[in-house]
Amino acid sequence: MSLLKVTVNGQTVEKDIPESRTLAQFLRLDLGLTGTKIGCEEAECGICTVLVDGVPVDSCLYPAFKAQGAAITTIEGLAQNGTLHPLQRAFIEHGAVQCGFCTPGVIMTAKALLEQNPNPTDHDIKVALKDTYCRCTGYTSIFNAIHSAASELRGEGPLPWKRVETVGPLSAVGQPVAPPESVDKVTGRARFTDDYVFPGMLIGRTLRSAYPHARIRRIDTAKARALPGVRAVLTHEDVPGDNIHGLIYDDWPVLAADKVRYMGDAVAIVAADDADTAERALGLIEVDYEPLPVVYGPEYANTPEAPLVHEDWPTGNLLKHIKVRHGDVEQGFAEADVIIERTYRTPTIEHMFMEPECAIGVPAGYDAEHPKLTIYVGSQIPYEDRRQTARALGLPEDQIRVRGTLIGGGFGGKEDIAGQIHVGLLAQKTGRPVKMLYTRQESLLFHPKRHATVIRIKTGARRDGTLTAVQAELYGDGGAYASLSDKVMTRATTHATGPYVVPNAKIDCYVMYTNNPPSGAFRGFGVTQSAFAVEQNMDLVAEAIGMDPVEFRRKNAQRVGATTATGQLLRESVGLLETLERVDRDMRGGTPGSFRWGWREGNKAYGWGIACAYKNTGLGGGAIDRSVAEVEVFEDSSAEVRTSSADMGQGLTAVLAQVTAEELGLPVARVRVLLSDTDLTPDGGPTTASRQTYVSGNAARHAAITMRDALRAVVAERLSVAPDELVFENGRVRANGTAVELGEAVRWMREEGREARARYQYDAPATQPLGTGGDMHFAFSYATQAALVEVDLETGAVRVVKVIASNDVGRAINPRTLEGQVEGGISMGLGNALTEEYIIENGVPWSTLFARYKIPSIKHTPEIVSHIVEEPTADGPFGAKGVGEITSINTTPAIANAVYHATGVRVFCNPIDQDALLRALKAGAAEVHTTWHDVR
Amino acid sequence: MTLWTHYHTPSSLAEAHALLQSYAGRARVIAGGTDLLLDIRHGHLTPPEALIDITKIPEMCSLIQEGDDLVIGAGVTHTRIVTDALIAARATCLVESCGVVGGPQVRNVGTLGGNVAHALPAGDGTTSLVALDAWADVIVRDERRWLPIRELFLGPGQSLLDPTRDLLVRFRIPLAQEREGSAFKRIMRPQGVALPILGCAAWVRLDSSGERCEDIRLCIGPVDRVPVRAEQVEAAVRGQPIDPATVDAAVAAGRTSLSPRTSKYRATASYRQEMIDVLLRRVLPLAAERARTGQAVPEGVGME
Ligand SMILES: Cc1cc2nc3c(=O)[nH]c(=O)nc-3n(C[C@H](O)[C@H](O)[C@H](O)COP(=O)(O)OP(=O)(O)OC[C@H]3O[C@@H](n4cnc5c(N)ncnc54)[C@H](O)[C@@H]3O)c2cc1C
Ligand code: FES
Ligand code: FES
Repeated sequence: MSLLKVTVNGQTVEKDIPESRTLAQFLRLDLGLTGTKIGCEEAECGICTVLVDGVPVDSCLYPAFKAQGAAITTIEGLAQNGTLHPLQRAFIEHGAVQCGFCTPGVIMTAKALLEQNPNPTDHDIKVALKDTYCRCTGYTSIFNAIHSAASELRGEGPLPWKRVETVGPLSAVGQPVAPPESVDKVTGRARFTDDYVFPGMLIGRTLRSAYPHARIRRIDTAKARALPGVRAVLTHEDVPGDNIHGLIYDDWPVLAADKVRYMGDAVAIVAADDADTAERALGLIEVDYEPLPVVYGPEYANTPEAPLVHEDWPTGNLLKHIKVRHGDVEQGFAEADVIIERTYRTPTIEHMFMEPECAIGVPAGYDAEHPKLTIYVGSQIPYEDRRQTARALGLPEDQIRVRGTLIGGGFGGKEDIAGQIHVGLLAQKTGRPVKMLYTRQESLLFHPKRHATVIRIKTGARRDGTLTAVQAELYGDGGAYASLSDKVMTRATTHATGPYVVPNAKIDCYVMYTNNPPSGAFRGFGVTQSAFAVEQNMDLVAEAIGMDPVEFRRKNAQRVGATTATGQLLRESVGLLETLERVDRDMRGGTPGSFRWGWREGNKAYGWGIACAYKNTGLGGGAIDRSVAEVEVFEDSSAEVRTSSADMGQGLTAVLAQVTAEELGLPVARVRVLLSDTDLTPDGGPTTASRQTYVSGNAARHAAITMRDALRAVVAERLSVAPDELVFENGRVRANGTAVELGEAVRWMREEGREARARYQYDAPATQPLGTGGDMHFAFSYATQAALVEVDLETGAVRVVKVIASNDVGRAINPRTLEGQVEGGISMGLGNALTEEYIIENGVPWSTLFARYKIPSIKHTPEIVSHIVEEPTADGPFGAKGVGEITSINTTPAIANAVYHATGVRVFCNPIDQDALLRALKAGAAEVHTTWHDVR
Repeated sequence: MTLWTHYHTPSSLAEAHALLQSYAGRARVIAGGTDLLLDIRHGHLTPPEALIDITKIPEMCSLIQEGDDLVIGAGVTHTRIVTDALIAARATCLVESCGVVGGPQVRNVGTLGGNVAHALPAGDGTTSLVALDAWADVIVRDERRWLPIRELFLGPGQSLLDPTRDLLVRFRIPLAQEREGSAFKRIMRPQGVALPILGCAAWVRLDSSGERCEDIRLCIGPVDRVPVRAEQVEAAVRGQPIDPATVDAAVAAGRTSLSPRTSKYRATASYRQEMIDVLLRRVLPLAAERARTGQAVPEGVGME
């Protein structure tokens, strides 16, 4: 221990701390300043940025004693006397805050920039924020926010938010409302799981497998248990309930027993007094493995010689065979003048939410606040966490409480169990709270990812441009455990015709068990992969028949009255053509006659590419799609809406507040939102499949309507007016001349002995399972994107210059958070096309560092033009349908098509490899079938 | 995980040296820590008992012009180099190479000395120092002396310096005179680790007519286990007029004399070979132009 003297946010601090502290540890652990976040501990992501004597540094790898005598500024020091700094205001106003996990670091980096440069250009902002990453926003809003704050600081006033055009906004719905938690997120007050501290809390760690595939002969924990400071070491033998979990199939051991199936498998867990002891204890656990041959990929998994990943699975390594049959493909291809058949490959993709997984278990009866075993976690499916934890712990579900914390990004990657069950086990065992925070490296190793696929697709069309048939075969790498593979790859399969009318289709998908990390949900849910193949094949067919790619799509686009390949008649809300027209008009500019798909300027080649997409809203396929919400109104004329649905930054809290406010006639600011507490909020179902605005939005809306009708009756009686003369507006209930505050009505209701509370269970329209015909989904969102790329003909480097996007979302309930989804979705699609790939070498992940898995940085940000199309769906809240995924699906194929138009080389694998592209250009080859993982 | 136990911030070279000696191999020198702490964290290095932070030693942090030379402390950060007007004007390639290291947070703490001591075959700062024919002031095995920078490197990640006892104190570089200029560029890929596919720094002196290349120094890497000069390419340019034919000759010499390798997930040998062409065509004319005009505005800082 040594004395560190610094000023922190203007205050002198003198503290005896270990010399081994990093600055981030000093701030978070010794000073409790948890606004500074940790995303990687590799000096890569930049979100731990604080200012040391005004200079931004990565606090995660900055020795605290390097700062001896310095002045440190953190996010907590920005607001003065409760007044937000212009940057903080601008980040909220411009929608630059989504999950908020990166926000402190981004704001601090921006602050250092503005101090040196009061009037930065976009280029200056790119240089300053190049290594400060955000996975949610796609950065466009961050540029706007910084320009706005700079303008305000220069005394020229803030810049207005760039409004997008939407159909008639109502008083709350259709307004660009900031999610209520935004202020906490820009001040550092927002608490994510790792920010919670309980007295006596232990640190939990997980021992992961040493092999991708091995039998476990023996586990010896004696030495680890004997280490002073170790409070528990648990193996499969210590799981009191069923040693199994899973979302659809229960195939994933809580702790590996006889076998390990991937490098992320948990073999033992430890709770100790501190992180170092826990870490040391892991090293003392002896596991005797018998390594087995590795099932390294889906095609190999399907061969007879491949060993079995799950010996007891009835179909061997075949996790699921998914089929779509529609019409007669033989006939369809016989009618075709042109048939194009190609194979496309997409890699494993990582979510890289900025907040690594964290869970805390507090044992039952630990203190007054925790009569039950309580799990704190930022999860996309709190009730599922409770179900799975209860099963493993052998407890009734109602003896466990899952309290959702803020989620630092999810994108599908926080649907599966991470540490929830383990901290439950350790907390019950030790009788003390246990926190389990995954390092970035562990997170990369462990959690389910986007399926790698191999997609062979054959498209037939007549010379007039009519599609006649599509046949496709997809192989999906399901990894070691089922997770959501079944559903994800079903979506890949059913969407493999693209959003087109295809009279004959035969699609087969094989999802295979392998010894790779499991694959599961990821924004786009399988459709991202099939769109890459479908939309490139569409361009190939268009070229072969000599038709413009837009015209070809226009001719075949789904319209109202069309039938999908799963046999669903589309009766309403098909905005595809409108999205196509809007993008096409914009892309061709004022003089469409002079438009060219590709051209060259010096050593640069430019090209436009276009791609369409559709994506179901909701679970579909016959699943009950239900959400329950509760609305309570209080005597101070405020309301609270409660449901267990997750806001991982996408803006659900704002949407729920808005629909509730709209129906109750309240200002949005008077509606609080409580999410994801299994004791206080009813089940909203999983936050997946772009369903929450629709399903929980409807549940909240109907709960609010029920509440309003009850209040209406009370007020009508008291004021002796007809109920339908009453108007709910601005926090008051009004009828010809007289008016009462909503809170007054609540009081009257209570006087009658009734609670001013309403609960509504919303069941989305019924759907049918695949293969039975009928409605597989209750709504689809549609989109078109055009990308303009620049290819450096000397290096092969690809840059996305501009993206024009148009999304049919039914109704823009919150245009600002919607734009956030559009910009963030495009950025993710751009990463999928150009920068990202999770590499696995014979079952051993290589991409286990943030430094080895590049997500788009601010310097990749293209100019984005967004058009919103609102083709309402009858049952959606105010007509709304899903938004979260559709915005991200067609970016990648649009970029690939653009690269083709620029260079004449078509790339069949993503991410696009400049090395291979350049070699193809030099060799005059027209196709690239390798990517950078082939550079060896 | 605890990455070190004790942290010392000596204020003189003697003190730093004595501390290292007292730990007898159990301490490491730290400057910005942007290489070192990652090496420890990723298990390439066992956590040392102590870190000896050299960035508060005045000699290590000085930037002093001595006649036509510039003396740069090993503990000077990339940011200080990038924002120094004298270096921008008269050792331009160094600004261009330090300007592409990491992002601002890394450049604010990472040092030129750390870049050199890490001894990668294509550390960006190192590439330019080699082209500038820098000398290094070192304390090796308790003896202080000046060495040509190239003599420091023994292999990938290996230098003459024993990082548990030796110190790199300063660099000396000649500042560009009339008719001299330099430039640096590199090629990156957007996937995977942020190591250059290829980096290239050139220093050029023109003859009194301003047309011929009187002298040239060129460093391209990685093409070997250590940073090297591309001597045959230099020979193809030296004494020649700076014109397209000479650049073609340089490219041809590069093709025959340099044999870059394929490195996993970074670049194929044939791509690298193409990039040697590209870099020579970009860097040589730029350096020569700067020599001719005496004007130099660094390019690509903070973005490449
Ligand atoms: C995100 C990120 C991006 C990066 N990008 C690049 C890049 O683009 N190009 C590039 O070249 N590098 C890059 N680096 C690597 C690194 O930042 C640079 O090499 C930097 O210059 C290292 O300096 P440092 O002061 O941080 O060294 P340290 O990590 O402190 O030290 C590195 C090594 O040198 C020794 N050492 C340091 N100073 C002395 C001294 N005075 N005497 C004796 N030994 C000494 C240390 O003991 C250690 O072995 C990157 C690093 C990160 C984290
Ligand atoms: S850079 Fe510090 S946490 Fe990522
Ligand atoms: S808002 Fe930036 S990572 Fe979520």
